[in-house]
Amino acid sequence: MVVDNKSAVTQTLLDQLQIKSSKVAFMPDAEIISAIRYLEDKGIPNNKHEDYKYCNIEAVLRKEFKSVEQAFNELTNADIAPLKIDEAINLVVVNGVYSEELSEKMIVKGLTVNSLNELSSSEKVLLCSQAKSDTDALIALNTAFTGNGLFLQVDKNNIIPMPLHVIYVNSGNANIVTNTRSFINIQANAEVTLIESFYNIGSAKVFSNFVSEKFVGENAKLTCHTFQNEGALSYSVNTNQVRINKYSNYTNNTFTLSGELVRNNHNVVLADSNCEAHLNGLFISNGTQSVDNHTLIDHQMPHCESNELYKGIAKDKSVGTFNGKIFVRKDAQKTNAYQSSKNILMSDDATINTKPQLEIYADDVKCSHGTSTGKIDTEALFYLKARGIGEESARKLLLQAFAQELIDKIETPSLQERVLHLFEKAL
Amino acid sequence: MITIKNLHASIGDKEILRGINLEVKAGEVHAIMGPNGSGKSTLSSVLAGREDYDVTEGEVTFNGKNLLDLPAEDRAREGLFLAFQYPVEIPGVSNINFLRTALNEIRAYHGQEEMPAKDFLALVKEKSKLVELDSKLASRSVNEGFSGGEKKRNEIFQMAMLNPKLAILDETDSGLDIDALRIVATGVNKLKSKDNATIVITHYQRLLDYIVPDFVHILYKGRIVKSGGKELALEMEAKGYDEIKAQFDSLES
Repeated sequence: MVVDNKSAVTQTLLDQLQIKSSKVAFMPDAEIISAIRYLEDKGIPNNKHEDYKYCNIEAVLRKEFKSVEQAFNELTNADIAPLKIDEAINLVVVNGVYSEELSEKMIVKGLTVNSLNELSSSEKVLLCSQAKSDTDALIALNTAFTGNGLFLQVDKNNIIPMPLHVIYVNSGNANIVTNTRSFINIQANAEVTLIESFYNIGSAKVFSNFVSEKFVGENAKLTCHTFQNEGALSYSVNTNQVRINKYSNYTNNTFTLSGELVRNNHNVVLADSNCEAHLNGLFISNGTQSVDNHTLIDHQMPHCESNELYKGIAKDKSVGTFNGKIFVRKDAQKTNAYQSSKNILMSDDATINTKPQLEIYADDVKCSHGTSTGKIDTEALFYLKARGIGEESARKLLLQAFAQELIDKIETPSLQERVLHLFEKAL
Repeated sequence: MITIKNLHASIGDKEILRGINLEVKAGEVHAIMGPNGSGKSTLSSVLAGREDYDVTEGEVTFNGKNLLDLPAEDRAREGLFLAFQYPVEIPGVSNINFLRTALNEIRAYHGQEEMPAKDFLALVKEKSKLVELDSKLASRSVNEGFSGGEKKRNEIFQMAMLNPKLAILDETDSGLDIDALRIVATGVNKLKSKDNATIVITHYQRLLDYIVPDFVHILYKGRIVKSGGKELALEMEAKGYDEIKAQFDSLES
């Protein structure tokens, strides 16, 4: 049989994962079967796929993950300790599997933390309702081979007084592919801050395919900080499928500080009226890194607001991409939707791709988008130098100023320090 | 203090400074006047180390050092200060952080320790009074949203903080109303001492009523064509630049 190269890469991956993955109880067979069908049909996307134009996942798998060893490392408390955040309850997911042993146990009223296999049938109702296999090959891959990931729920009318910190950590000693899944349900009138950190602490290359479904109930508030520091051996796709309800407020601030390839798909459905979504991002990339932020804000109902601010600094030969799609459906009158992408190129070999996409089907809306990409402001640089500030400090001062408004959004001091420290180091 | 000999500078193919000679000694105030396009701002930019210009000939000695060999930051660290004609807005960098960084880098260059935070804040308080700068402006981003007058006062405030040996005021009077002009000039006068020097670059004589120069030089087509005492400024104000222009244009042709 003759197979083209595209399906060959996908097929090789599927074959290897099928041998080396164990089935999880929570994922319905029907979902797994349709996920595999979709993958076999469409293949892992390459740069011919419009949504993956600057992010050739197929090429990464072909070049870096020809063999998938799944040689996972066991981790201990000592491995996790430095990744923790003092002010938070730290929960740990290792190579896609929720680790009760490594997670901090704390009884907090209204909070449920569990592995996905422990989901009750009533809790399962929403599972896979936002992350649909037939919309994206990476969601399908995750659905087909997901590990026993994390379930987190805040029951209605509960405010969780401290941040929750989920440490998603991968570790292997020969090529690993992880399909980490999380399912976050914030019920009506509940409120929580969720920090999700991503690390690779093994000696092996990791292809990390993360999918999180997040539900924000009526009048609930979910504030998320995504902290990505997976290092040079990591290639990751992180998909957030979020659905928010009436009067709710969802915020995500994504900080990308390392990772050879980082693709973030952040898709938010504003499913009812009077809710708001805020997506922000900051990345700094160097070497041959590629950081690709894709957002989709789907305004379905009236009187909602969305804001996006993405900033990037691309050094060396790195590539930064921002693709922001906003749908305003015909019922979504009185929508306010704003989007801004600002980037600084630090070298002639660095690349920035930005693409705003607005599709508006309602007539009484306010939408705006802006994008700018340029080099560091030479006038400002000269002004600083003329006051005795050296070239390097002057550059740092200007880049920090550029990033500060995003770093200021972090309300957890030790996370803010961690981001600032790594950001300064990367400058 | 500073000795400029036969300084030529160009931008692209265009020669703008065509042989400047000037000596400024400690304790002196020099004014450089001239019509638009005579090279006044180019001179200040070249001295401060802006890289857009090529120095094609000549030399500048500043306190015994070859100024043209130094990058802009080292010129500032050696005690040269340029008050910008158009101060730059830098969103996100607070005035305080900017000045603390500048002050401490200058101190480090001279082998001094960082200034303790308490002393620094006391200095800020003292010096901002000098130019009647609202202390709130100190914590705002550098020049961002400042009025024209506030920007110029901020320049003099920075000068007061950094205590330079030679200050070059580039059209500091432009865009100032009479009250702001007086405040700025008073600030400059208070900073004057026998150990430092000032070069005032201006188009108009007005500023020189407040900052009285010891010497006045007329710059035209990239050369100093006439020098004199403070009365020369008044003469220029009365007669305009036309007579000088005509005289030197005929010499050139």
